[in-house]
Amino acid sequence: MIWAILKRDVVLLLGGGRRGGALLPILFFLAVAMLYPFAVGPDGQLLARTGGGVVWVAALLAAILPLDRLVEPDLEAGFFDQWALRGLAEEWICAVRILAHWLCFAVPLMLATPIAAVLLGLSGEQLLTLELGLLAGTPGLAALGVAVAAVTAGLRGGAALAGLLILPLAVPLLIFGAGSLSTGGEGGLALTGAASLVLVALSPFAAGAALRAARE
Amino acid sequence: MNATRAFLRATDIACRRGERLLFARLSLAVEAGEALHLAGANGIGKSSLMRILAGLMRPFAGEVEREGAMALLDERPALDTHLPLGRALDFWREVDATPAGRLDTVLTEVGLHDLLDVPVRYLSTGQRKRAALARTIAQGSPVWLLDEPLNGLDTASVAVVEKLVAQHCADGGLCVLASHQPVAVPGLKRLELAEFVL
Repeated sequence: MIWAILKRDVVLLLGGGRRGGALLPILFFLAVAMLYPFAVGPDGQLLARTGGGVVWVAALLAAILPLDRLVEPDLEAGFFDQWALRGLAEEWICAVRILAHWLCFAVPLMLATPIAAVLLGLSGEQLLTLELGLLAGTPGLAALGVAVAAVTAGLRGGAALAGLLILPLAVPLLIFGAGSLSTGGEGGLALTGAASLVLVALSPFAAGAALRAARE
Repeated sequence: MNATRAFLRATDIACRRGERLLFARLSLAVEAGEALHLAGANGIGKSSLMRILAGLMRPFAGEVEREGAMALLDERPALDTHLPLGRALDFWREVDATPAGRLDTVLTEVGLHDLLDVPVRYLSTGQRKRAALARTIAQGSPVWLLDEPLNGLDTASVAVVEKLVAQHCADGGLCVLASHQPVAVPGLKRLELAEFVL
Protein backbone atom coordinates (compact mmCIF):
# COMPACT_ATOMS: atom_id res chain seq x y z
CA MET A 1 0.00 0.00 0.00
CA ILE A 2 2.77 2.40 1.02
CA TRP A 3 4.70 1.30 -2.04
CA ALA A 4 1.82 2.27 -4.33
CA ILE A 5 1.63 5.69 -2.70
CA LEU A 6 5.38 6.27 -3.00
CA LYS A 7 5.25 5.25 -6.65
CA ARG A 8 2.42 7.69 -7.35
CA ASP A 9 4.17 10.51 -5.45
CA VAL A 10 7.39 10.04 -7.39
CA VAL A 11 5.64 9.90 -10.76
CA LEU A 12 3.63 13.03 -9.95
CA LEU A 13 6.58 15.02 -8.64
CA LEU A 14 8.94 13.94 -11.42
CA GLY A 15 6.56 14.23 -14.30
CA GLY A 16 5.80 17.42 -16.11
CA GLY A 17 2.27 18.24 -17.09
CA ARG A 18 0.21 20.71 -15.17
CA ARG A 19 2.10 20.24 -11.94
CA GLY A 20 5.40 21.58 -13.28
CA GLY A 21 7.83 18.69 -12.96
CA ALA A 22 11.23 18.24 -11.37
CA LEU A 23 13.18 19.88 -14.18
CA LEU A 24 12.19 23.46 -13.42
CA PRO A 25 13.91 23.84 -10.01
CA ILE A 26 17.09 22.32 -11.44
CA LEU A 27 17.16 24.73 -14.37
CA PHE A 28 16.58 27.58 -11.93
CA PHE A 29 19.45 26.30 -9.77
CA LEU A 30 21.80 26.17 -12.77
CA ALA A 31 20.66 29.58 -13.96
CA VAL A 32 21.67 31.12 -10.63
CA ALA A 33 25.07 29.40 -10.79
CA MET A 34 25.48 30.72 -14.33
CA LEU A 35 24.41 34.28 -13.51
CA TYR A 36 26.66 34.71 -10.49
CA PRO A 37 29.96 34.97 -12.44
CA PHE A 38 28.29 37.50 -14.76
CA ALA A 39 27.37 39.62 -11.77
CA VAL A 40 30.65 39.57 -9.81
CA GLY A 41 33.07 39.36 -12.71
CA PRO A 42 35.46 36.68 -13.91
CA ASP A 43 37.77 36.75 -10.88
CA GLY A 44 38.63 33.07 -10.48
CA GLN A 45 39.82 33.31 -6.89
CA LEU A 46 36.75 35.21 -5.73
CA LEU A 47 34.46 32.77 -7.52
CA ALA A 48 36.21 29.76 -6.01
CA ARG A 49 36.03 31.29 -2.55
CA THR A 50 32.35 32.27 -2.66
CA GLY A 51 30.99 29.77 -5.21
CA GLY A 52 30.15 27.06 -2.69
CA GLY A 53 27.98 29.44 -0.71
CA VAL A 54 26.20 30.52 -3.88
CA VAL A 55 25.41 26.88 -4.67
CA TRP A 56 23.84 26.52 -1.23
CA VAL A 57 21.75 29.66 -1.61
CA ALA A 58 20.67 28.58 -5.09
CA ALA A 59 19.71 25.15 -3.76
CA LEU A 60 17.63 26.77 -1.02
CA LEU A 61 15.84 29.04 -3.47
CA ALA A 62 15.23 26.17 -5.87
CA ALA A 63 13.63 24.26 -3.00
CA ILE A 64 10.86 26.87 -2.86
CA LEU A 65 9.66 26.20 -6.40
CA PRO A 66 7.99 22.80 -5.89
CA LEU A 67 6.35 23.73 -2.56
CA ASP A 68 2.90 24.58 -3.90
CA ARG A 69 2.44 21.20 -5.56
CA LEU A 70 3.67 19.05 -2.68
CA VAL A 71 0.43 18.89 -0.68
CA GLU A 72 -2.18 21.31 -1.95
CA PRO A 73 -3.37 19.51 -5.13
CA ASP A 74 -3.92 16.22 -3.28
CA LEU A 75 -5.69 17.96 -0.43
CA GLU A 76 -8.04 19.65 -2.86
CA ALA A 77 -8.73 16.48 -4.82
CA GLY A 78 -9.69 14.66 -1.61
CA PHE A 79 -6.81 12.18 -1.54
CA PHE A 80 -5.89 12.88 2.07
CA ASP A 81 -9.46 12.22 3.25
CA GLN A 82 -9.53 8.96 1.33
CA TRP A 83 -6.26 7.85 2.93
CA ALA A 84 -7.53 8.83 6.37
CA LEU A 85 -10.64 6.75 5.78
CA ARG A 86 -8.46 3.74 5.09
CA GLY A 87 -6.77 4.20 8.43
CA LEU A 88 -3.50 5.49 6.97
CA ALA A 89 -2.03 8.04 9.35
CA GLU A 90 -1.22 11.44 7.87
CA GLU A 91 2.24 11.06 9.38
CA TRP A 92 2.93 8.04 7.18
CA ILE A 93 1.67 9.76 4.07
CA CYS A 94 3.86 12.78 4.83
CA ALA A 95 6.91 10.64 5.55
CA VAL A 96 6.44 8.93 2.20
CA ARG A 97 6.03 12.29 0.52
CA ILE A 98 9.25 13.58 2.10
CA LEU A 99 11.08 10.61 0.63
CA ALA A 100 9.47 11.18 -2.77
CA HIS A 101 10.24 14.88 -2.68
CA TRP A 102 13.85 14.16 -1.76
CA LEU A 103 14.20 11.68 -4.62
CA CYS A 104 12.69 14.08 -7.15
CA PHE A 105 14.33 17.28 -5.95
CA ALA A 106 17.58 16.54 -4.13
CA VAL A 107 18.93 13.76 -6.30
CA PRO A 108 18.66 15.77 -9.55
CA LEU A 109 20.10 18.74 -7.65
CA MET A 110 23.15 16.76 -6.60
CA LEU A 111 23.53 15.52 -10.17
CA ALA A 112 23.44 19.12 -11.39
CA THR A 113 25.91 20.36 -8.80
CA PRO A 114 29.07 19.32 -10.75
CA ILE A 115 27.84 21.49 -13.63
CA ALA A 116 27.33 24.40 -11.25
CA ALA A 117 30.81 23.75 -9.80
CA VAL A 118 32.35 24.05 -13.25
CA LEU A 119 30.47 27.30 -13.90
CA LEU A 120 31.78 28.71 -10.61
CA GLY A 121 35.31 27.36 -10.98
CA LEU A 122 35.25 25.20 -7.85
CA SER A 123 38.01 22.68 -7.22
CA GLY A 124 37.41 18.95 -7.07
CA GLU A 125 37.93 18.97 -3.33
CA GLN A 126 35.38 21.73 -2.86
CA LEU A 127 32.93 19.88 -5.06
CA LEU A 128 33.27 16.77 -2.92
CA THR A 129 32.60 18.73 0.30
CA LEU A 130 29.68 20.45 -1.43
CA GLU A 131 28.13 17.16 -2.56
CA LEU A 132 28.56 15.60 0.89
CA GLY A 133 27.04 18.70 2.45
CA LEU A 134 24.05 18.55 0.10
CA LEU A 135 23.67 14.84 0.78
CA ALA A 136 23.55 15.63 4.50
CA GLY A 137 21.38 18.72 4.21
CA THR A 138 18.79 18.02 1.52
CA PRO A 139 16.78 15.42 3.50
CA GLY A 140 16.15 18.14 6.06
CA LEU A 141 15.27 20.58 3.32
CA ALA A 142 12.81 18.09 1.79
CA ALA A 143 11.22 17.43 5.19
CA LEU A 144 10.90 21.13 5.85
CA GLY A 145 9.34 21.60 2.42
CA VAL A 146 6.61 19.03 3.04
CA ALA A 147 5.86 20.39 6.52
CA VAL A 148 5.64 23.98 5.29
CA ALA A 149 3.54 22.92 2.29
CA ALA A 150 1.14 21.11 4.64
CA VAL A 151 0.84 24.10 6.94
CA THR A 152 0.13 26.52 4.10
CA ALA A 153 -2.07 24.21 1.99
CA GLY A 154 -5.47 25.70 1.39
CA LEU A 155 -4.49 29.20 2.46
CA ARG A 156 -4.92 32.08 0.08
CA GLY A 157 -1.46 33.11 -1.10
CA GLY A 158 -0.16 29.91 0.45
CA ALA A 159 2.61 29.47 -2.11
CA ALA A 160 4.21 32.84 -1.36
CA LEU A 161 3.80 32.32 2.36
CA ALA A 162 5.44 28.89 2.10
CA GLY A 163 8.52 30.43 0.53
CA LEU A 164 8.69 33.01 3.24
CA LEU A 165 8.30 30.38 5.98
CA ILE A 166 10.85 27.89 4.73
CA LEU A 167 13.77 30.29 4.31
CA PRO A 168 14.31 31.25 7.98
CA LEU A 169 13.71 27.64 9.06
CA ALA A 170 16.41 26.46 6.65
CA VAL A 171 19.03 28.86 7.99
CA PRO A 172 20.75 26.25 10.25
CA LEU A 173 21.19 23.94 7.25
CA LEU A 174 22.63 26.81 5.24
CA ILE A 175 25.04 27.92 7.97
CA PHE A 176 26.38 24.44 8.70
CA GLY A 177 26.32 23.31 5.08
CA ALA A 178 28.01 26.34 3.59
CA GLY A 179 30.24 26.59 6.67
CA SER A 180 31.65 23.13 6.04
CA LEU A 181 33.13 24.54 2.81
CA SER A 182 35.24 27.25 4.42
CA THR A 183 36.47 25.12 7.30
CA GLY A 184 36.81 22.12 5.00
CA GLY A 185 36.02 20.14 8.10
CA GLU A 186 33.86 17.18 8.92
CA GLY A 187 32.39 19.12 11.83
CA GLY A 188 30.24 21.21 9.52
CA LEU A 189 29.01 18.16 7.65
CA ALA A 190 28.15 16.40 10.89
CA LEU A 191 26.18 19.40 12.13
CA THR A 192 24.37 19.66 8.78
CA GLY A 193 23.45 16.01 9.06
CA ALA A 194 22.30 16.46 12.64
CA ALA A 195 20.08 19.44 11.81
CA SER A 196 18.76 17.51 8.84
CA LEU A 197 17.92 14.45 10.96
CA VAL A 198 16.03 16.54 13.49
CA LEU A 199 13.95 18.03 10.69
CA VAL A 200 13.28 14.63 9.10
CA ALA A 201 12.21 13.23 12.46
CA LEU A 202 9.87 16.09 13.37
CA SER A 203 8.40 17.13 10.04
CA PRO A 204 6.04 14.19 9.41
CA PHE A 205 4.35 14.88 12.75
CA ALA A 206 4.13 18.61 12.14
CA ALA A 207 2.75 18.06 8.65
CA GLY A 208 0.28 15.42 9.85
CA ALA A 209 -1.00 17.65 12.62
CA ALA A 210 -1.40 20.53 10.16
CA LEU A 211 -3.43 18.39 7.77
CA ARG A 212 -5.74 17.16 10.53
CA ALA A 213 -6.22 20.68 11.84
CA ALA A 214 -7.15 21.86 8.34
CA ARG A 215 -10.10 19.40 8.30
CA GLU A 216 -11.91 21.03 11.19
CA MET B 1 -18.81 -9.66 4.19
CA ASN B 2 -17.05 -9.07 7.52
CA ALA B 3 -16.92 -11.44 10.44
CA THR B 4 -18.28 -8.78 12.79
CA ARG B 5 -21.42 -7.09 11.59
CA ALA B 6 -20.98 -3.52 10.50
CA PHE B 7 -22.94 -0.73 12.13
CA LEU B 8 -22.92 3.02 12.43
CA ARG B 9 -24.48 4.74 15.43
CA ALA B 10 -24.48 8.39 16.35
CA THR B 11 -25.81 9.69 19.65
CA ASP B 12 -26.88 13.25 20.33
CA ILE B 13 -24.47 14.83 17.93
CA ALA B 14 -24.29 18.53 17.21
CA CYS B 15 -22.33 20.23 14.48
CA ARG B 16 -20.96 23.72 14.47
CA ARG B 17 -19.42 25.43 11.47
CA GLY B 18 -17.81 28.71 12.38
CA GLU B 19 -20.24 30.54 14.65
CA ARG B 20 -23.29 28.71 13.39
CA LEU B 21 -24.82 25.65 15.03
CA LEU B 22 -26.04 23.65 12.04
CA PHE B 23 -27.96 20.93 13.88
CA ALA B 24 -28.10 19.42 17.36
CA ARG B 25 -29.41 16.41 19.29
CA LEU B 26 -29.27 14.22 16.23
CA SER B 27 -29.17 10.48 16.81
CA LEU B 28 -29.17 7.77 14.20
CA ALA B 29 -28.41 4.10 13.96
CA VAL B 30 -27.81 2.11 10.82
CA GLU B 31 -27.27 -1.63 11.13
CA ALA B 32 -25.90 -4.09 8.60
CA GLY B 33 -28.31 -4.56 5.74
CA GLU B 34 -29.93 -1.16 6.17
CA ALA B 35 -29.78 2.01 4.13
CA LEU B 36 -30.49 5.51 5.36
CA HIS B 37 -31.33 8.55 3.29
CA LEU B 38 -30.22 11.87 4.80
CA ALA B 39 -32.54 14.43 3.29
CA GLY B 40 -32.50 18.17 3.47
CA ALA B 41 -32.01 21.36 1.54
CA ASN B 42 -28.61 22.67 0.41
CA GLY B 43 -26.43 23.97 3.20
CA ILE B 44 -28.37 22.30 5.97
CA GLY B 45 -25.35 20.25 6.98
CA LYS B 46 -25.66 16.95 5.13
CA SER B 47 -22.02 16.94 4.06
CA SER B 48 -20.84 17.97 7.53
CA LEU B 49 -22.84 15.10 9.04
CA MET B 50 -21.29 12.76 6.47
CA ARG B 51 -17.80 13.88 7.44
CA ILE B 52 -18.64 13.44 11.13
CA LEU B 53 -19.93 9.93 10.45
CA ALA B 54 -16.77 9.19 8.46
CA GLY B 55 -14.61 10.36 11.37
CA LEU B 56 -13.03 13.13 9.32
CA MET B 57 -14.56 15.83 11.51
CA ARG B 58 -15.18 15.90 15.23
CA PRO B 59 -18.77 16.61 16.24
CA PHE B 60 -19.30 19.69 18.41
CA ALA B 61 -21.09 17.41 20.86
CA GLY B 62 -22.07 13.76 20.97
CA GLU B 63 -20.49 10.51 19.92
CA VAL B 64 -20.22 8.30 16.89
CA GLU B 65 -19.65 4.55 17.14
CA ARG B 66 -18.72 2.59 14.08
CA GLU B 67 -17.80 -0.92 13.10
CA GLY B 68 -16.47 -1.98 9.73
CA ALA B 69 -14.30 -0.34 7.09
CA MET B 70 -15.77 2.74 5.46
CA ALA B 71 -15.86 3.99 1.91
CA LEU B 72 -16.71 7.62 1.25
CA LEU B 73 -17.92 9.25 -1.93
CA ASP B 74 -18.07 13.02 -1.87
CA GLU B 75 -17.83 15.82 -4.40
CA ARG B 76 -14.10 15.22 -4.89
CA PRO B 77 -13.38 12.09 -6.92
CA ALA B 78 -9.77 11.71 -5.61
CA LEU B 79 -8.63 10.58 -9.05
CA ASP B 80 -5.61 12.04 -10.83
CA THR B 81 -7.21 14.19 -13.50
CA HIS B 82 -4.33 14.04 -15.99
CA LEU B 83 -4.23 10.23 -16.04
CA PRO B 84 -6.43 7.95 -18.12
CA LEU B 85 -9.34 6.70 -16.03
CA GLY B 86 -8.00 3.15 -15.95
CA ARG B 87 -4.65 4.18 -14.50
CA ALA B 88 -6.20 6.64 -12.05
CA LEU B 89 -8.39 3.84 -10.70
CA ASP B 90 -5.45 1.44 -10.70
CA PHE B 91 -3.81 3.53 -7.99
CA TRP B 92 -6.71 2.90 -5.61
CA ARG B 93 -6.90 -0.73 -6.71
CA GLU B 94 -3.30 -1.12 -5.53
CA VAL B 95 -3.88 0.80 -2.29
CA ASP B 96 -7.00 -1.19 -1.47
CA ALA B 97 -5.56 -4.47 -2.76
CA THR B 98 -8.78 -4.99 -4.70
CA PRO B 99 -9.05 -8.39 -6.42
CA ALA B 100 -8.39 -7.92 -10.15
CA GLY B 101 -11.84 -8.95 -11.35
CA ARG B 102 -13.78 -6.82 -8.89
CA LEU B 103 -12.93 -3.45 -10.41
CA ASP B 104 -13.83 -4.75 -13.89
CA THR B 105 -17.21 -5.93 -12.66
CA VAL B 106 -17.90 -2.61 -10.97
CA LEU B 107 -16.83 -0.64 -14.04
CA THR B 108 -19.16 -2.66 -16.23
CA GLU B 109 -22.01 -2.07 -13.79
CA VAL B 110 -21.56 1.71 -13.81
CA GLY B 111 -21.00 1.70 -17.57
CA LEU B 112 -17.46 3.06 -17.71
CA HIS B 113 -15.74 0.13 -19.34
CA ASP B 114 -15.30 1.88 -22.67
CA LEU B 115 -13.79 5.02 -21.15
CA LEU B 116 -10.70 3.55 -19.46
CA ASP B 117 -8.33 5.25 -21.92
CA VAL B 118 -9.87 8.69 -21.54
CA PRO B 119 -8.06 11.11 -19.20
CA VAL B 120 -10.18 11.88 -16.16
CA ARG B 121 -10.24 15.60 -16.94
CA TYR B 122 -12.08 14.94 -20.23
CA LEU B 123 -14.88 13.06 -18.50
CA SER B 124 -18.24 14.75 -18.05
CA THR B 125 -19.64 15.55 -14.60
CA GLY B 126 -21.78 12.44 -14.57
CA GLN B 127 -19.02 10.19 -15.85
CA ARG B 128 -16.66 11.55 -13.21
CA LYS B 129 -19.28 10.88 -10.54
CA ARG B 130 -19.64 7.32 -11.76
CA ALA B 131 -15.84 6.92 -11.78
CA ALA B 132 -15.71 8.04 -8.15
CA LEU B 133 -18.56 5.66 -7.41
CA ALA B 134 -16.61 2.82 -9.00
CA ARG B 135 -13.63 3.68 -6.80
CA THR B 136 -15.85 3.71 -3.70
CA ILE B 137 -17.58 0.43 -4.49
CA ALA B 138 -14.43 -1.41 -5.59
CA GLN B 139 -12.93 -0.65 -2.19
CA GLY B 140 -15.09 -3.49 -0.88
CA SER B 141 -15.96 -1.86 2.45
CA PRO B 142 -19.13 -2.86 4.32
CA VAL B 143 -20.00 0.75 5.17
CA TRP B 144 -20.82 3.09 2.30
CA LEU B 145 -21.09 6.81 2.89
CA LEU B 146 -22.40 8.39 -0.29
CA ASP B 147 -22.62 12.17 -0.27
CA GLU B 148 -24.85 13.37 -3.13
CA PRO B 149 -24.13 10.32 -5.32
CA LEU B 150 -26.89 11.28 -7.75
CA ASN B 151 -25.60 14.75 -8.61
CA GLY B 152 -25.06 15.11 -12.32
CA LEU B 153 -26.33 11.62 -13.14
CA ASP B 154 -28.89 10.89 -15.84
CA THR B 155 -32.03 8.87 -15.06
CA ALA B 156 -30.50 5.60 -16.20
CA SER B 157 -27.45 6.08 -14.00
CA VAL B 158 -29.63 7.02 -11.01
CA ALA B 159 -31.38 3.68 -11.40
CA VAL B 160 -27.99 1.92 -11.50
CA VAL B 161 -26.92 3.60 -8.25
CA GLU B 162 -30.20 2.66 -6.57
CA LYS B 163 -29.76 -0.93 -7.71
CA LEU B 164 -26.17 -1.05 -6.44
CA VAL B 165 -27.18 0.30 -3.02
CA ALA B 166 -30.00 -2.24 -2.75
CA GLN B 167 -27.62 -5.04 -3.76
CA HIS B 168 -25.03 -3.87 -1.22
CA CYS B 169 -27.59 -3.91 1.61
CA ALA B 170 -28.87 -7.32 0.54
CA ASP B 171 -25.29 -8.56 0.81
CA GLY B 172 -25.11 -7.40 4.43
CA GLY B 173 -23.52 -4.01 3.91
CA LEU B 174 -24.91 -0.72 5.11
CA CYS B 175 -25.24 2.59 3.35
CA VAL B 176 -25.83 6.17 4.37
CA LEU B 177 -26.80 8.29 1.43
CA ALA B 178 -27.15 12.05 1.51
CA SER B 179 -29.18 13.60 -1.26
CA HIS B 180 -31.62 16.41 -1.81
CA GLN B 181 -33.26 14.31 -4.52
CA PRO B 182 -35.73 11.48 -3.96
CA VAL B 183 -34.07 8.06 -3.86
CA ALA B 184 -35.86 4.80 -4.51
CA VAL B 185 -34.30 1.90 -2.67
CA PRO B 186 -36.44 -0.82 -1.06
CA GLY B 187 -36.52 -0.50 2.73
CA LEU B 188 -34.77 2.84 2.69
CA LYS B 189 -35.09 4.74 5.97
CA ARG B 190 -35.26 8.50 5.80
CA LEU B 191 -33.93 11.16 8.13
CA GLU B 192 -34.98 14.77 7.64
CA LEU B 193 -32.11 16.94 8.79
CA ALA B 194 -34.47 19.92 9.04
CA GLU B 195 -36.00 18.37 12.19
CA PHE B 196 -32.74 18.84 14.07
CA VAL B 197 -32.06 22.43 13.11
CA LEU B 198 -32.47 24.75 16.07
